[in-house]
Amino acid sequence: MSAPTDKTLLQVEGLRTVFETRDGTVCAVDGVDVIVERGECLGVVGESGSGKSVTFNSVMGLVRSPGRIEAGRIMFEGRDLRALNQTEMRAVRGRDIAMTMQDAMTALNPALTVGEQIAEMLEAHDKGLPSGRNARRRAIRAHSVKMLGLVGIASPETRLGQYPHEFSGGMRQRIMIAIALASMPKLLIADEPTTALDVTIQAQVLELITDTRAKLGMSVVLITHDLGVVAEHCDRVMVMYAGQVVEQGRTADVIMRPKHPYTKGLLGSLPRLSLRGQRIEPIEGQVPELIDLPAQCRFYSRCRERGPECLKNIEMRDAGNGQTARCVRVQKELAT
Amino acid sequence: MPDTDTKASTGPVQETIFRRNMRNFVGNRLAFGSALVVLIFIFLAIFAPLVAPHDPAETDLFRRLQPPAWMPGGEWSYLLGCDALGRDILTRIIYGARISIFIGAAVVLVATTIGIIAGLAAGYLRGWVDMVISRVVDILLGFPYLIFAIGLMAMMGPGLINIIIALVYKEWVIPCRVVRGETLVTRELEYVEAARALGASGRHIMLREILPNILSPVIVVSTIRMAHVIILEASLSFLGLGVQPPTASWGAMVSDGRAFILQAWWVSTFPGIAILLLVLAINVASQGLRDAFDPRFHE
Amino acid sequence: MSLARFVERLLQLIPVLLGVSVIVFAMITLTPGDPVQIMIGDQIVTPEQEAAMRRDLGLDRPIHERFFAFLGNAVQGDFGQSFYHRRPVIDVIKERLPATIELSLVALIIALVTAIPLGVLAAIKRNSFLDRLATVGSLLGVSLPGFWFGILLIMLFAVHLQILPVSGRIGYASEIEPITHLLLIDTLLRGRVDAFFDALSHIIMPAITLGLPMTAILMRVTRTSMLEVMRQDYITFAEAKGLSRQKVLFRHALKNALIPTVSVAAIETGSLLGGNMIVETVFGWPGLGRLVVESIFVRNYPLVQAAVLFYAVTYVMLNFFADILYTILNPRVKL
Repeated sequence: MSAPTDKTLLQVEGLRTVFETRDGTVCAVDGVDVIVERGECLGVVGESGSGKSVTFNSVMGLVRSPGRIEAGRIMFEGRDLRALNQTEMRAVRGRDIAMTMQDAMTALNPALTVGEQIAEMLEAHDKGLPSGRNARRRAIRAHSVKMLGLVGIASPETRLGQYPHEFSGGMRQRIMIAIALASMPKLLIADEPTTALDVTIQAQVLELITDTRAKLGMSVVLITHDLGVVAEHCDRVMVMYAGQVVEQGRTADVIMRPKHPYTKGLLGSLPRLSLRGQRIEPIEGQVPELIDLPAQCRFYSRCRERGPECLKNIEMRDAGNGQTARCVRVQKELAT
Repeated sequence: MPDTDTKASTGPVQETIFRRNMRNFVGNRLAFGSALVVLIFIFLAIFAPLVAPHDPAETDLFRRLQPPAWMPGGEWSYLLGCDALGRDILTRIIYGARISIFIGAAVVLVATTIGIIAGLAAGYLRGWVDMVISRVVDILLGFPYLIFAIGLMAMMGPGLINIIIALVYKEWVIPCRVVRGETLVTRELEYVEAARALGASGRHIMLREILPNILSPVIVVSTIRMAHVIILEASLSFLGLGVQPPTASWGAMVSDGRAFILQAWWVSTFPGIAILLLVLAINVASQGLRDAFDPRFHE
Repeated sequence: MSLARFVERLLQLIPVLLGVSVIVFAMITLTPGDPVQIMIGDQIVTPEQEAAMRRDLGLDRPIHERFFAFLGNAVQGDFGQSFYHRRPVIDVIKERLPATIELSLVALIIALVTAIPLGVLAAIKRNSFLDRLATVGSLLGVSLPGFWFGILLIMLFAVHLQILPVSGRIGYASEIEPITHLLLIDTLLRGRVDAFFDALSHIIMPAITLGLPMTAILMRVTRTSMLEVMRQDYITFAEAKGLSRQKVLFRHALKNALIPTVSVAAIETGSLLGGNMIVETVFGWPGLGRLVVESIFVRNYPLVQAAVLFYAVTYVMLNFFADILYTILNPRVKL
């Protein structure tokens, strides 16, 4: 893992988040390292249950009982977020790190108008609002209108007074992004911003995120299970499997020369217009249960390249060029 | 032919689910304990003449308002003291359990039977049958329960059978709604479609295919209702509209004691505790039953 | 809620109200035996009086005619004569109604102000001692027979501690000229603070007894729906915005959690009506509930009939308002 530089915004080290269940302790995130540089877009890829969302909920301090963070450091601009108290953490949430959630249908409060839900974000973080009561209200309103305009919602003045159910799914996703961006965060965590949307709207929402990133100079973590989205929008990519990072590197490198069999499998299952006629190959088998895992490669049961040397704990290995992967064969490839 | 076929396919599955649910229920210690309390009450009610220390109607004016055994003037053979006619309160509580449990069970049993038939008919046959039944249900729901029962009792006059009738009049609506709702869902399921495609009769489908699969929620609701019915019966007796004296009933015993709250608190207090204990035990046990049987509460 | 939907819902009331009146009519008409003979019982009446009663009940006319006459009169507020009071039934009811309304309102307020905070606290501090206490309390609340609980209260506070009066609505010394007929309000309007506290001391035990089951039910509903809401994505999102805990709980969670509570409260207000008869009997409260019970024993059937109809219509209307309230509170329900 490379050492943090001035350019590093977020650095997570050895994060371990567990959930207590009736059947035992589920280790949803097991020793995950993440680095996000200023201004970059990191793609996080993996199947559901791979620990993508839990990792970044941990960063936000939003892991709820019966879950808890067991180990690891979460450094944001040089501060360890795990050492912050509730009040300090609340100041980070929303202002420094904002998040959008998977399902915009359920993430907006049905009983509050869209305007109220943007305004409270601004009030909570009070960035340069005037002090007078009326001036303040006008400033908040003007800013809310601007934000809705920014995410491409027509006639924002009237829309502010409406309830979430009066908007379509794509619009709600945009509104959620508008709320997240309202206090100009340094980092936006976008958790599957496109899963619930149809294809044309997907593209629009992703364009929107990429554009505002450029305009505001913020960093973005784009959580998705779609490598195609990553290829188009992300500078770097991190592939997760069964609670671990299995491969990470520059997007171009990982996509052109995947090192881990799981990444290869994912790429194999990606429909590509350029490779017309190529079959989509789903990876066979299932993600292992994350309780009492044996000391072996977690992908073992589904791997096409498995061998007896895989039956031990595997570390991340350097594949050169900043690309690393959690596979015993990475070294071999370098040797040949 | 389709008869044996479906039996074979659904029978064993039902049983294992039932067993697993029962195991869950027994594992819930509080609920299981409450179920035991209910069983003890039932036992006392059935064997009242054998377990009760005295005759419930035996009056003894020398024991008028005799306090419970542990108070000065009490006697251990009259554990909970005596009422204004010198009758043993414990004995009358034991006999009172007969009335409460008998009425509770009879009302719930009759109401559930009617409710199942009406609910199945409404949910499965739909059309005008559903229209008529649902309308009647709506109308009966338009009455506060106790007022409806009081109105009926006022017109019919007191008596054991009349209480049962007065309560059943409205009680059947509750299982009926549950059954209708479950039937509406179940009738669209594949195995019911299959039975229909095989030419099974409506009666066969309702009773053999649908009913066994919706029985769990109905049983759970019925047990909870039993607690309500027991309180309703006690309320009617309290108002003097229940079983007539000298038959012992808990509500009437509490009412009798009202005249003596200044000098003999025990006359009202103990029968009330009996009602509370039984109703609470039924409520806790049925909640445990619901948690164990209703998949919607499995997390 | 659209106007069309409102009108539709309003029209649906008609068959229910009609059905309710058929049943109330049938209660007295289709009962075996001669109602007039039952009503007379062992009283001594002249043949003229008996004929008047018969005519008053319309027993000399065919049944459908009698029903429509009953319905027509009922709509105009005419429920015949109360032989016992020697006055029109409607007047007797009007006289007793304010006491019942006052008692029900106070019970409702007690239930709301205790159940909602307790339910919310129990949900926030899930599995804490307080939560368990609330769960046990709500089970007790639905299992306690109201008449017995009332008597226990009387024994404790009126007989033993002697800090509250045994029964009645207000002491003789505190009687005042009525304005709204709600004594808690009238005493204040007349500037009689002493009388207000007197009235309050009379109403407190019956109101608690009447409100107890409702408190238990509302607390359970509030707790469950609060827990349900706290699991929702929009709560996580609100937290992700960095809002304060109070804002998340009260602005985001409570507002949604109270929707079921409010509609259950509206429905349960109807069930207060049923509890009235018991509670008013226990505490000698001079309301409609006790009037009905008294009337049953003097076989004053026209009054019982009118009161049952009145209760049922109120109940149906309350359920209707509960329904409307639910759709108004819940912007998601598109009808």
